[in-house]
Amino acid sequence: MAERYFQPEIETASREQIRAWQDERLVKQVRHVWENVPYYRKKMEEKGLTPADIKGVDDLHKLPFLSKDDLRDAYPYGLLGAPLKDCVRIHSTSGTTGKRVVAFYTQEDIDLWDDCCARALTAAGATNEDVCQVSYGFGLFTGGAGLNGGSHKVGCLTIPMSSGNTERQIMFIRDLNATILCATPSYAAYLGESMKEMGLTPAQIPLKAGIFGAEAWSEEMRQDIQKTLGIRAFDIYGLTELSGPGVAFECSAQNGMHINEDHFIAEIIDPKTGEVLPDGQQGELVFTALTKKAFPLLRYRTKDICVLSHEPCPCGRTHVKMCKPRGRSDDMLIIRGVNVFPSQIETVLLNMGYPANYQIIVDRVNHTDTLEVQVEMTPEVFTDSMGEIAQRQKALVDGLRSMLGLTAKVSLVAPKTIVRSEGKAVRVIDKRKI
Amino acid sequence: MSVKQISIFLENKPGFLAEVTKVLGQNNIDMRALSVAESSDFGIARIIVDDVYKTTTVLKDAGYINSVIDILAVALPDVPGGLSNVLNVLADAKVNIEYMYAFLGGKTGGAYMVFKVADQDKAAAALNKYRIRMVDQEELGEL
Repeated sequence: MAERYFQPEIETASREQIRAWQDERLVKQVRHVWENVPYYRKKMEEKGLTPADIKGVDDLHKLPFLSKDDLRDAYPYGLLGAPLKDCVRIHSTSGTTGKRVVAFYTQEDIDLWDDCCARALTAAGATNEDVCQVSYGFGLFTGGAGLNGGSHKVGCLTIPMSSGNTERQIMFIRDLNATILCATPSYAAYLGESMKEMGLTPAQIPLKAGIFGAEAWSEEMRQDIQKTLGIRAFDIYGLTELSGPGVAFECSAQNGMHINEDHFIAEIIDPKTGEVLPDGQQGELVFTALTKKAFPLLRYRTKDICVLSHEPCPCGRTHVKMCKPRGRSDDMLIIRGVNVFPSQIETVLLNMGYPANYQIIVDRVNHTDTLEVQVEMTPEVFTDSMGEIAQRQKALVDGLRSMLGLTAKVSLVAPKTIVRSEGKAVRVIDKRKI
Repeated sequence: MSVKQISIFLENKPGFLAEVTKVLGQNNIDMRALSVAESSDFGIARIIVDDVYKTTTVLKDAGYINSVIDILAVALPDVPGGLSNVLNVLADAKVNIEYMYAFLGGKTGGAYMVFKVADQDKAAAALNKYRIRMVDQEELGEL
Protein backbone atom coordinates (compact mmCIF):
# COMPACT_ATOMS: atom_id res chain seq x y z
CA MET A 1 0.00 0.00 0.00
CA ALA A 2 1.38 3.38 -0.99
CA GLU A 3 2.22 5.66 1.89
CA ARG A 4 -0.39 8.37 2.41
CA TYR A 5 0.37 11.87 3.61
CA PHE A 6 -2.00 14.55 4.82
CA GLN A 7 0.27 17.39 3.66
CA PRO A 8 2.81 15.67 1.38
CA GLU A 9 4.57 18.87 0.34
CA ILE A 10 5.37 19.56 3.99
CA GLU A 11 5.84 16.04 5.31
CA THR A 12 8.28 15.03 2.58
CA ALA A 13 9.92 18.43 2.07
CA SER A 14 13.69 18.55 1.65
CA ARG A 15 15.79 19.14 4.75
CA GLU A 16 16.85 22.49 3.24
CA GLN A 17 13.22 23.52 2.87
CA ILE A 18 12.41 22.48 6.46
CA ARG A 19 15.42 24.43 7.67
CA ALA A 20 14.35 27.50 5.68
CA TRP A 21 10.87 27.36 7.25
CA GLN A 22 12.36 27.00 10.70
CA ASP A 23 14.80 29.91 10.24
CA GLU A 24 12.11 32.22 9.01
CA ARG A 25 9.48 31.19 11.55
CA LEU A 26 11.86 31.28 14.50
CA VAL A 27 12.89 34.88 13.78
CA LYS A 28 9.23 35.86 13.45
CA GLN A 29 8.20 33.94 16.57
CA VAL A 30 10.95 35.45 18.74
CA ARG A 31 9.78 38.90 17.73
CA HIS A 32 6.16 37.93 18.46
CA VAL A 33 7.12 36.70 21.93
CA TRP A 34 9.31 39.76 22.63
CA GLU A 35 6.44 42.06 21.80
CA ASN A 36 3.66 40.11 23.52
CA VAL A 37 5.07 38.13 26.43
CA PRO A 38 6.79 40.43 28.98
CA TYR A 39 7.66 37.38 31.11
CA TYR A 40 9.90 35.93 28.40
CA ARG A 41 11.14 39.31 27.23
CA LYS A 42 12.51 39.84 30.71
CA LYS A 43 14.26 36.48 30.56
CA MET A 44 15.84 37.49 27.24
CA GLU A 45 16.87 40.87 28.61
CA GLU A 46 18.53 39.17 31.56
CA LYS A 47 20.71 37.35 29.04
CA GLY A 48 21.35 40.57 27.14
CA LEU A 49 19.37 39.38 24.14
CA THR A 50 17.11 41.24 21.73
CA PRO A 51 15.19 39.73 18.80
CA ALA A 52 17.97 40.99 16.50
CA ASP A 53 20.32 38.41 18.04
CA ILE A 54 18.22 35.53 16.74
CA LYS A 55 18.77 35.28 13.01
CA GLY A 56 17.90 31.64 12.60
CA VAL A 57 18.02 28.14 14.09
CA ASP A 58 21.79 28.47 14.66
CA ASP A 59 21.06 31.12 17.28
CA LEU A 60 18.38 29.09 19.06
CA HIS A 61 20.79 27.88 21.76
CA LYS A 62 21.20 31.48 22.96
CA LEU A 63 17.58 31.72 24.08
CA PRO A 64 16.63 31.07 27.71
CA PHE A 65 14.74 27.90 28.63
CA LEU A 66 11.20 27.70 29.92
CA SER A 67 10.19 25.01 32.40
CA LYS A 68 7.13 23.90 34.27
CA ASP A 69 8.23 26.20 37.11
CA ASP A 70 7.91 29.17 34.74
CA LEU A 71 4.43 28.01 33.81
CA ARG A 72 3.54 27.93 37.49
CA ASP A 73 5.08 31.35 38.18
CA ALA A 74 3.35 32.89 35.19
CA TYR A 75 -0.01 31.22 35.94
CA PRO A 76 -2.52 31.91 34.60
CA TYR A 77 -1.99 34.63 31.98
CA GLY A 78 1.74 35.42 32.25
CA LEU A 79 2.77 33.54 29.12
CA LEU A 80 -0.24 34.47 27.04
CA GLY A 81 0.98 35.62 23.63
CA ALA A 82 -2.21 36.88 22.01
CA PRO A 83 -4.94 39.33 23.04
CA LEU A 84 -7.83 37.57 24.75
CA LYS A 85 -10.17 38.62 21.96
CA ASP A 86 -8.19 36.33 19.64
CA CYS A 87 -8.12 33.37 22.06
CA VAL A 88 -10.88 30.81 21.73
CA ARG A 89 -10.04 27.93 24.05
CA ILE A 90 -7.90 26.60 26.87
CA HIS A 91 -6.71 23.14 27.76
CA SER A 92 -5.14 22.25 31.05
CA THR A 93 -2.97 19.66 32.69
CA SER A 94 -1.65 19.20 36.20
CA GLY A 95 1.30 21.25 37.41
CA THR A 96 3.96 20.53 39.97
CA THR A 97 2.33 21.70 43.16
CA GLY A 98 -1.33 21.64 42.45
CA LYS A 99 -1.45 24.74 40.28
CA ARG A 100 -2.56 23.56 36.88
CA VAL A 101 -0.91 24.41 33.60
CA VAL A 102 -3.30 26.39 31.44
CA ALA A 103 -2.55 26.61 27.72
CA PHE A 104 -4.33 29.01 25.35
CA TYR A 105 -5.31 28.66 21.71
CA THR A 106 -6.33 31.04 18.97
CA GLN A 107 -8.51 29.60 16.21
CA GLU A 108 -5.42 29.43 14.00
CA ASP A 109 -3.50 27.55 16.72
CA ILE A 110 -6.29 24.98 16.81
CA ASP A 111 -6.31 24.69 13.00
CA LEU A 112 -2.58 23.99 12.93
CA TRP A 113 -2.89 21.53 15.81
CA ASP A 114 -5.69 19.73 13.95
CA ASP A 115 -3.37 19.53 10.91
CA CYS A 116 -0.72 17.83 13.04
CA CYS A 117 -3.25 15.27 14.30
CA ALA A 118 -4.56 14.78 10.77
CA ARG A 119 -1.01 13.93 9.65
CA ALA A 120 -0.85 11.30 12.42
CA LEU A 121 -4.22 9.80 11.43
CA THR A 122 -3.30 9.74 7.76
CA ALA A 123 0.02 8.06 8.56
CA ALA A 124 -2.00 5.41 10.42
CA GLY A 125 -3.99 4.84 7.24
CA ALA A 126 -7.08 6.97 7.86
CA THR A 127 -8.97 8.51 4.92
CA ASN A 128 -12.33 10.22 4.51
CA GLU A 129 -13.85 6.75 4.04
CA ASP A 130 -13.03 5.81 7.64
CA VAL A 131 -15.08 5.88 10.81
CA CYS A 132 -12.88 7.16 13.64
CA GLN A 133 -13.81 6.55 17.27
CA VAL A 134 -12.09 9.01 19.61
CA SER A 135 -12.01 7.33 22.99
CA TYR A 136 -9.62 9.76 24.62
CA GLY A 137 -11.20 11.89 27.32
CA PHE A 138 -12.79 15.14 26.17
CA GLY A 139 -12.62 18.26 28.30
CA LEU A 140 -9.55 19.99 29.72
CA PHE A 141 -7.46 17.02 28.56
CA THR A 142 -6.06 17.57 25.06
CA GLY A 143 -6.41 13.96 23.86
CA GLY A 144 -10.06 14.02 22.85
CA ALA A 145 -10.08 17.48 21.31
CA GLY A 146 -6.84 16.95 19.36
CA LEU A 147 -7.69 13.68 17.65
CA ASN A 148 -11.30 14.79 17.19
CA GLY A 149 -10.06 17.88 15.29
CA GLY A 150 -7.59 15.84 13.29
CA SER A 151 -10.25 13.30 12.38
CA HIS A 152 -12.50 16.09 11.10
CA LYS A 153 -9.65 17.43 8.94
CA VAL A 154 -9.07 14.02 7.41
CA GLY A 155 -12.79 13.79 6.78
CA CYS A 156 -13.43 10.65 8.81
CA LEU A 157 -16.88 10.12 10.21
CA THR A 158 -15.92 11.00 13.77
CA ILE A 159 -17.40 9.45 16.92
CA PRO A 160 -16.57 11.82 19.81
CA MET A 161 -16.89 8.98 22.28
CA SER A 162 -14.66 10.11 25.16
CA SER A 163 -13.41 7.54 27.65
CA GLY A 164 -15.37 5.13 29.82
CA ASN A 165 -18.55 3.09 29.37
CA THR A 166 -16.82 0.16 27.74
CA GLU A 167 -20.05 -1.56 26.69
CA ARG A 168 -21.15 1.46 24.67
CA GLN A 169 -17.64 1.81 23.21
CA ILE A 170 -17.80 -1.74 21.89
CA MET A 171 -21.37 -1.33 20.68
CA PHE A 172 -20.41 1.69 18.56
CA ILE A 173 -17.25 0.09 17.19
CA ARG A 174 -19.33 -2.87 16.01
CA ASP A 175 -22.59 -1.15 14.99
CA LEU A 176 -20.99 1.81 13.21
CA ASN A 177 -18.09 -0.24 11.83
CA ALA A 178 -15.42 1.99 13.35
CA THR A 179 -12.11 1.43 11.57
CA ILE A 180 -9.83 3.80 13.52
CA LEU A 181 -9.55 3.96 17.31
CA CYS A 182 -7.86 6.77 19.26
CA ALA A 183 -7.30 6.11 22.97
CA THR A 184 -4.66 5.70 25.65
CA PRO A 185 -2.81 2.42 25.07
CA SER A 186 -4.04 1.03 28.38
CA TYR A 187 -7.65 1.74 27.46
CA ALA A 188 -7.13 0.22 24.01
CA ALA A 189 -5.72 -2.90 25.66
CA TYR A 190 -8.68 -2.99 28.02
CA LEU A 191 -11.16 -2.67 25.15
CA GLY A 192 -9.31 -5.49 23.39
CA GLU A 193 -9.51 -7.74 26.44
CA SER A 194 -13.20 -6.94 26.91
CA MET A 195 -13.98 -7.84 23.31
CA LYS A 196 -11.99 -11.03 23.61
CA GLU A 197 -14.01 -11.97 26.70
CA MET A 198 -17.18 -11.40 24.71
CA GLY A 199 -15.88 -14.05 22.33
CA LEU A 200 -15.05 -11.66 19.47
CA THR A 201 -12.17 -12.64 17.20
CA PRO A 202 -10.03 -9.97 15.51
CA ALA A 203 -11.82 -10.78 12.25
CA GLN A 204 -15.13 -9.77 13.84
CA ILE A 205 -13.75 -6.41 15.00
CA PRO A 206 -13.97 -3.80 12.19
CA LEU A 207 -11.02 -1.73 13.50
CA LYS A 208 -7.93 -1.63 11.29
CA ALA A 209 -5.68 0.90 13.02
CA GLY A 210 -5.31 2.78 16.25
CA ILE A 211 -3.48 5.83 17.56
CA PHE A 212 -2.50 5.41 21.16
CA GLY A 213 -0.61 7.93 23.26
CA ALA A 214 -0.52 10.11 26.38
CA GLU A 215 1.26 7.44 28.39
CA ALA A 216 4.26 5.16 28.08
CA TRP A 217 3.74 1.76 26.49
CA SER A 218 6.08 -0.99 25.50
CA GLU A 219 6.65 -2.84 22.25
CA GLU A 220 5.16 -5.96 23.92
CA MET A 221 2.01 -4.02 24.70
CA ARG A 222 1.85 -2.91 21.06
CA GLN A 223 2.05 -6.53 19.93
CA ASP A 224 -0.69 -7.50 22.40
CA ILE A 225 -3.03 -4.74 21.24
CA GLN A 226 -2.34 -5.46 17.58
CA LYS A 227 -3.12 -9.13 18.11
CA THR A 228 -6.31 -8.84 20.18
CA LEU A 229 -7.83 -6.07 18.07
CA GLY A 230 -6.43 -7.20 14.73
CA ILE A 231 -5.08 -3.72 13.96
CA ARG A 232 -1.88 -1.77 13.53
CA ALA A 233 -1.15 0.34 16.60
CA PHE A 234 0.63 3.68 16.27
CA ASP A 235 2.22 5.88 18.89
CA ILE A 236 1.70 9.64 19.15
CA TYR A 237 3.48 12.24 21.26
CA GLY A 238 2.54 15.63 22.56
CA LEU A 239 2.01 17.75 25.59
CA THR A 240 -0.56 20.34 26.54
CA GLU A 241 2.10 23.04 26.81
CA LEU A 242 2.82 22.60 23.08
CA SER A 243 -0.82 22.08 21.97
CA GLY A 244 -1.45 18.41 22.75
CA PRO A 245 -1.05 15.14 20.84
CA GLY A 246 0.43 15.48 17.39
CA VAL A 247 3.74 17.16 18.18
CA ALA A 248 5.19 13.91 16.84
CA PHE A 249 3.59 10.75 15.43
CA GLU A 250 4.50 7.32 14.21
CA CYS A 251 4.44 6.36 10.53
CA SER A 252 4.04 2.98 8.83
CA ALA A 253 7.62 2.10 9.82
CA GLN A 254 6.41 1.98 13.48
CA ASN A 255 9.89 2.86 14.60
CA GLY A 256 10.09 6.31 16.14
CA MET A 257 7.85 9.36 15.83
CA HIS A 258 8.26 12.11 13.22
CA ILE A 259 8.30 15.52 14.85
CA ASN A 260 6.25 18.11 12.95
CA GLU A 261 9.28 20.28 12.37
CA ASP A 262 7.46 22.97 10.45
CA HIS A 263 5.72 23.77 13.76
CA PHE A 264 8.23 22.66 16.39
CA ILE A 265 12.01 22.71 16.67
CA ALA A 266 13.34 19.86 18.79
CA GLU A 267 16.63 19.95 20.67
CA ILE A 268 18.25 17.42 22.97
CA ILE A 269 20.07 18.95 25.93
CA ASP A 270 22.09 17.74 28.86
CA PRO A 271 19.51 18.09 31.67
CA LYS A 272 22.22 19.13 34.14
CA THR A 273 24.17 21.72 32.13
CA GLY A 274 21.54 22.76 29.59
CA GLU A 275 24.10 22.26 26.83
CA VAL A 276 22.77 21.17 23.43
CA LEU A 277 23.80 17.60 22.55
CA PRO A 278 24.57 16.31 19.06
CA ASP A 279 22.21 14.07 17.10
CA GLY A 280 21.91 10.53 18.39
CA GLN A 281 22.81 11.38 21.98
CA GLN A 282 20.35 10.78 24.78
CA GLY A 283 19.18 13.77 26.77
CA GLU A 284 16.23 15.97 27.66
CA LEU A 285 13.87 16.91 24.86
CA VAL A 286 13.33 20.66 24.42
CA PHE A 287 10.74 22.17 22.06
CA THR A 288 10.30 25.57 20.51
CA ALA A 289 6.82 26.26 19.12
CA LEU A 290 7.23 28.13 15.84
CA THR A 291 3.67 28.85 14.83
CA LYS A 292 1.58 28.97 18.00
CA LYS A 293 0.39 32.46 18.79
CA ALA A 294 -1.60 32.24 22.04
CA PHE A 295 0.88 30.10 23.97
CA PRO A 296 4.18 30.52 22.15
CA LEU A 297 6.68 28.64 24.28
CA LEU A 298 10.33 28.95 23.29
CA ARG A 299 12.79 26.28 24.38
CA TYR A 300 10.36 24.51 26.64
CA ARG A 301 11.96 21.75 28.68
CA THR A 302 9.75 18.66 28.48
CA LYS A 303 11.76 16.68 31.07
CA ASP A 304 11.33 13.69 28.76
CA ILE A 305 14.56 11.80 28.16
CA CYS A 306 14.86 11.00 24.50
CA VAL A 307 17.03 10.50 21.40
CA LEU A 308 16.54 12.13 17.98
CA SER A 309 17.37 10.49 14.66
CA HIS A 310 17.76 12.04 11.22
CA GLU A 311 18.16 8.64 9.53
CA PRO A 312 16.09 8.52 6.33
CA CYS A 313 12.73 6.85 6.98
CA PRO A 314 11.27 4.26 4.58
CA CYS A 315 7.92 6.06 4.82
CA GLY A 316 9.31 8.97 2.83
CA ARG A 317 8.80 11.58 5.54
CA THR A 318 11.82 13.80 6.04
CA HIS A 319 11.03 15.18 9.47
CA VAL A 320 13.30 14.16 12.33
CA LYS A 321 12.23 11.18 14.44
CA MET A 322 12.19 10.91 18.22
CA CYS A 323 12.24 7.64 20.13
CA LYS A 324 9.64 6.80 22.76
CA PRO A 325 10.58 8.83 25.85
CA ARG A 326 12.92 6.66 27.91
CA GLY A 327 12.27 8.31 31.24
CA ARG A 328 11.97 11.65 32.98
CA SER A 329 14.54 14.08 34.27
CA ASP A 330 12.12 15.06 37.04
CA ASP A 331 9.89 12.97 39.31
CA MET A 332 6.71 13.29 37.26
CA LEU A 333 4.76 10.07 36.83
CA ILE A 334 2.33 9.41 34.02
CA ILE A 335 -0.50 7.29 35.34
CA ARG A 336 -3.32 6.31 33.03
CA GLY A 337 -2.33 9.24 30.83
CA VAL A 338 -2.49 11.73 33.72
CA ASN A 339 0.57 13.67 34.87
CA VAL A 340 1.17 13.14 38.57
CA PHE A 341 3.81 14.81 40.72
CA PRO A 342 4.57 13.35 44.14
CA SER A 343 4.45 16.92 45.47
CA GLN A 344 0.75 17.12 44.56
CA ILE A 345 0.01 14.06 46.66
CA GLU A 346 2.05 15.53 49.50
CA THR A 347 0.05 18.77 49.30
CA VAL A 348 -3.23 16.88 49.70
CA LEU A 349 -1.91 14.86 52.65
CA LEU A 350 -0.58 17.90 54.49
CA ASN A 351 -3.76 19.90 53.84
CA MET A 352 -5.81 17.08 55.34
CA GLY A 353 -3.70 16.82 58.47
CA TYR A 354 -1.63 13.77 57.57
CA PRO A 355 2.11 13.64 58.08
CA ALA A 356 4.41 13.80 55.06
CA ASN A 357 5.22 10.12 55.56
CA TYR A 358 3.82 8.50 52.50
CA GLN A 359 4.73 6.20 49.71
CA ILE A 360 3.39 6.07 46.18
CA ILE A 361 3.20 2.67 44.55
CA VAL A 362 2.52 2.55 40.83
CA ASP A 363 1.92 -0.72 39.08
CA ARG A 364 0.34 -2.00 35.91
CA VAL A 365 -2.28 -4.71 36.26
CA ASN A 366 -3.87 -6.08 33.07
CA HIS A 367 -2.39 -3.19 31.07
CA THR A 368 -3.98 -0.63 33.39
CA ASP A 369 -1.95 1.59 35.70
CA THR A 370 -2.76 1.44 39.38
CA LEU A 371 -1.90 4.09 41.95
CA GLU A 372 -1.67 3.30 45.64
CA VAL A 373 -0.84 5.88 48.28
CA GLN A 374 0.33 4.45 51.57
CA VAL A 375 -0.05 6.78 54.51
CA GLU A 376 1.18 6.24 58.02
CA MET A 377 -1.60 6.21 60.61
CA THR A 378 -1.40 8.95 63.23
CA PRO A 379 -2.97 9.30 66.70
CA GLU A 380 -4.97 12.25 65.34
CA VAL A 381 -6.59 10.22 62.61
CA PHE A 382 -7.10 7.05 64.63
CA THR A 383 -10.30 6.35 66.57
CA ASP A 384 -12.04 3.23 67.82
CA SER A 385 -14.67 3.55 65.11
CA MET A 386 -14.21 1.66 61.86
CA GLY A 387 -16.78 3.86 60.16
CA GLU A 388 -15.02 7.08 61.08
CA ILE A 389 -11.64 5.88 59.88
CA ALA A 390 -13.18 4.58 56.67
CA GLN A 391 -14.78 8.01 56.19
CA ARG A 392 -11.44 9.77 56.65
CA GLN A 393 -9.89 7.32 54.23
CA LYS A 394 -12.61 8.10 51.71
CA ALA A 395 -12.12 11.85 52.23
CA LEU A 396 -8.47 11.36 51.37
CA VAL A 397 -9.36 9.41 48.22
CA ASP A 398 -11.73 12.23 47.24
CA GLY A 399 -9.08 14.87 47.98
CA LEU A 400 -6.55 13.05 45.83
CA ARG A 401 -9.10 12.63 43.07
CA SER A 402 -9.89 16.32 42.92
CA MET A 403 -6.18 17.20 42.89
CA LEU A 404 -5.01 14.53 40.43
CA GLY A 405 -8.09 13.61 38.47
CA LEU A 406 -7.34 10.00 39.29
CA THR A 407 -8.71 7.47 41.73
CA ALA A 408 -6.00 6.24 44.05
CA LYS A 409 -6.18 3.42 46.54
CA VAL A 410 -5.34 4.79 49.98
CA SER A 411 -3.79 2.32 52.42
CA LEU A 412 -3.26 3.15 56.06
CA VAL A 413 -0.11 1.59 57.45
CA ALA A 414 1.47 1.47 60.89
CA PRO A 415 3.79 4.32 61.90
CA LYS A 416 7.43 4.07 60.86
CA THR A 417 6.77 1.25 58.42
CA ILE A 418 7.45 3.26 55.28
CA VAL A 419 10.93 2.39 54.15
CA ARG A 420 13.47 5.13 54.61
CA SER A 421 16.88 5.11 53.05
CA GLU A 422 19.46 7.34 54.68
CA GLY A 423 16.66 8.82 56.77
CA LYS A 424 14.75 9.97 53.70
CA ALA A 425 11.61 8.13 52.68
CA VAL A 426 11.58 6.49 49.28
CA ARG A 427 8.56 8.27 47.88
CA VAL A 428 7.83 6.45 44.68
CA ILE A 429 7.96 2.78 43.84
CA ASP A 430 7.18 2.27 40.17
CA LYS A 431 6.73 -1.44 39.51
CA ARG A 432 5.63 -0.98 35.90
CA LYS A 433 7.75 -2.71 33.33
CA ILE A 434 7.50 -0.53 30.26
CA MET B 1 -20.33 4.14 85.31
CA SER B 2 -18.04 2.97 82.55
CA VAL B 3 -14.82 1.18 81.73
CA LYS B 4 -11.88 2.23 79.55
CA GLN B 5 -11.45 0.63 76.19
CA ILE B 6 -8.14 0.83 74.36
CA SER B 7 -8.28 0.63 70.57
CA ILE B 8 -5.14 -0.31 68.64
CA PHE B 9 -4.53 0.28 64.95
CA LEU B 10 -3.73 -2.95 63.12
CA GLU B 11 -2.05 -2.82 59.78
CA ASN B 12 -3.33 -5.52 57.46
CA LYS B 13 -0.38 -7.87 57.33
CA PRO B 14 0.39 -11.30 58.75
CA GLY B 15 1.71 -11.31 62.29
CA PHE B 16 0.73 -7.76 63.20
CA LEU B 17 -1.77 -8.74 65.90
CA ALA B 18 0.62 -11.44 67.14
CA GLU B 19 3.26 -8.73 67.67
CA VAL B 20 0.83 -6.54 69.60
CA THR B 21 -0.24 -9.35 71.91
CA LYS B 22 3.37 -10.39 72.39
CA VAL B 23 4.27 -6.89 73.60
CA LEU B 24 1.32 -6.94 76.02
CA GLY B 25 2.25 -10.40 77.30
CA GLN B 26 5.87 -9.48 77.84
CA ASN B 27 4.72 -6.58 80.00
CA ASN B 28 2.40 -8.78 82.06
CA ILE B 29 -0.73 -7.12 80.82
CA ASP B 30 -3.79 -9.29 81.26
CA MET B 31 -6.53 -8.69 78.76
CA ARG B 32 -10.06 -8.93 80.12
CA ALA B 33 -11.66 -8.62 76.73
CA LEU B 34 -10.62 -8.45 73.11
CA SER B 35 -12.52 -7.78 69.93
CA VAL B 36 -11.14 -7.23 66.45
CA ALA B 37 -12.91 -5.25 63.76
CA GLU B 38 -11.62 -5.36 60.24
CA SER B 39 -12.07 -3.62 56.89
CA SER B 40 -10.51 -4.79 53.67
CA ASP B 41 -7.19 -3.14 54.41
CA PHE B 42 -6.80 -2.43 58.12
CA GLY B 43 -8.12 -3.53 61.48
CA ILE B 44 -8.82 -2.25 64.98
CA ALA B 45 -8.18 -4.34 68.08
CA ARG B 46 -10.32 -3.18 70.99
CA ILE B 47 -9.17 -4.37 74.38
CA ILE B 48 -10.18 -3.96 77.99
CA VAL B 49 -7.48 -4.27 80.66
CA ASP B 50 -7.04 -3.62 84.37
CA ASP B 51 -4.17 -1.19 84.08
CA VAL B 52 -5.01 1.31 81.37
CA TYR B 53 -2.14 3.70 82.01
CA LYS B 54 0.50 0.98 81.87
CA THR B 55 -0.99 -0.55 78.74
CA THR B 56 -1.16 2.69 76.77
CA THR B 57 2.41 3.55 77.83
CA VAL B 58 3.66 0.16 76.73
CA LEU B 59 1.82 0.42 73.40
CA LYS B 60 3.06 3.93 72.77
CA ASP B 61 6.65 2.96 73.53
CA ALA B 62 6.38 0.04 71.12
CA GLY B 63 5.13 2.41 68.40
CA TYR B 64 1.50 1.30 68.23
CA ILE B 65 -1.16 3.89 67.57
CA ASN B 66 -3.95 3.66 70.13
CA SER B 67 -6.82 5.63 71.56
CA VAL B 68 -8.79 5.34 74.80
CA ILE B 69 -12.50 5.89 75.27
CA ASP B 70 -15.11 5.30 77.97
CA ILE B 71 -17.45 2.49 77.18
CA LEU B 72 -20.33 0.68 78.89
CA ALA B 73 -19.76 -2.80 80.33
CA VAL B 74 -22.91 -4.56 81.43
CA ALA B 75 -23.23 -7.67 83.63
CA LEU B 76 -25.64 -9.94 81.81
CA PRO B 77 -28.17 -11.85 83.88
CA ASP B 78 -27.29 -15.52 83.35
CA VAL B 79 -30.78 -16.51 82.24
CA PRO B 80 -32.27 -17.21 78.82
CA GLY B 81 -33.22 -13.91 77.24
CA GLY B 82 -30.72 -11.98 79.38
CA LEU B 83 -29.09 -10.22 76.42
CA SER B 84 -32.41 -9.68 74.69
CA ASN B 85 -33.67 -7.88 77.78
CA VAL B 86 -30.71 -5.50 77.82
CA LEU B 87 -31.04 -4.79 74.09
CA ASN B 88 -34.76 -4.09 74.49
CA VAL B 89 -34.04 -1.55 77.20
CA LEU B 90 -31.58 0.24 74.92
CA ALA B 91 -33.97 0.01 71.97
CA ASP B 92 -36.84 1.48 73.98
CA ALA B 93 -34.56 4.35 75.01
CA LYS B 94 -33.76 4.82 71.29
CA VAL B 95 -30.06 4.30 71.87
CA ASN B 96 -28.15 3.26 68.77
CA ILE B 97 -25.45 0.62 69.28
CA GLU B 98 -22.29 1.13 67.23
CA TYR B 99 -20.68 -2.13 68.22
CA MET B 100 -20.66 -4.63 71.10
CA TYR B 101 -18.76 -7.69 72.23
CA ALA B 102 -18.88 -10.16 75.10
CA PHE B 103 -16.39 -11.38 77.69
CA LEU B 104 -16.40 -13.67 80.69
CA GLY B 105 -15.36 -12.82 84.21
CA GLY B 106 -12.48 -15.16 85.12
CA LYS B 107 -13.27 -15.29 88.83
CA THR B 108 -17.00 -14.71 88.82
CA GLY B 109 -17.68 -16.83 85.75
CA GLY B 110 -20.36 -14.30 84.79
CA ALA B 111 -20.99 -13.00 81.26
CA TYR B 112 -20.41 -9.36 80.42
CA MET B 113 -21.23 -7.32 77.36
CA VAL B 114 -19.38 -4.20 76.22
CA PHE B 115 -21.45 -1.60 74.37
CA LYS B 116 -20.30 1.36 72.30
CA VAL B 117 -23.38 3.53 71.96
CA ALA B 118 -24.10 6.89 70.40
CA ASP B 119 -25.37 8.45 73.64
CA GLN B 120 -23.72 6.91 76.65
CA ASP B 121 -25.52 8.99 79.30
CA LYS B 122 -28.90 8.12 77.89
CA ALA B 123 -27.97 4.43 77.72
CA ALA B 124 -26.67 4.39 81.31
CA ALA B 125 -29.82 6.11 82.57
CA ALA B 126 -32.04 3.57 80.83
CA LEU B 127 -30.03 0.61 82.14
CA ASN B 128 -30.08 2.04 85.65
CA LYS B 129 -33.80 2.47 85.50
CA TYR B 130 -34.25 -1.24 84.84
CA ARG B 131 -31.63 -2.13 87.44
CA ILE B 132 -29.30 -3.67 84.91
CA ARG B 133 -25.92 -3.71 86.54
CA MET B 134 -22.94 -1.98 84.94
CA VAL B 135 -19.29 -2.51 85.78
CA ASP B 136 -16.74 0.24 86.39
CA GLN B 137 -13.00 0.23 85.84
CA GLU B 138 -12.26 -0.50 89.50
CA GLU B 139 -14.54 -3.49 89.55
CA LEU B 140 -12.85 -4.99 86.47
CA GLY B 141 -9.94 -6.26 88.56
CA GLU B 142 -12.28 -8.31 90.70
CA LEU B 143 -14.04 -10.05 87.87
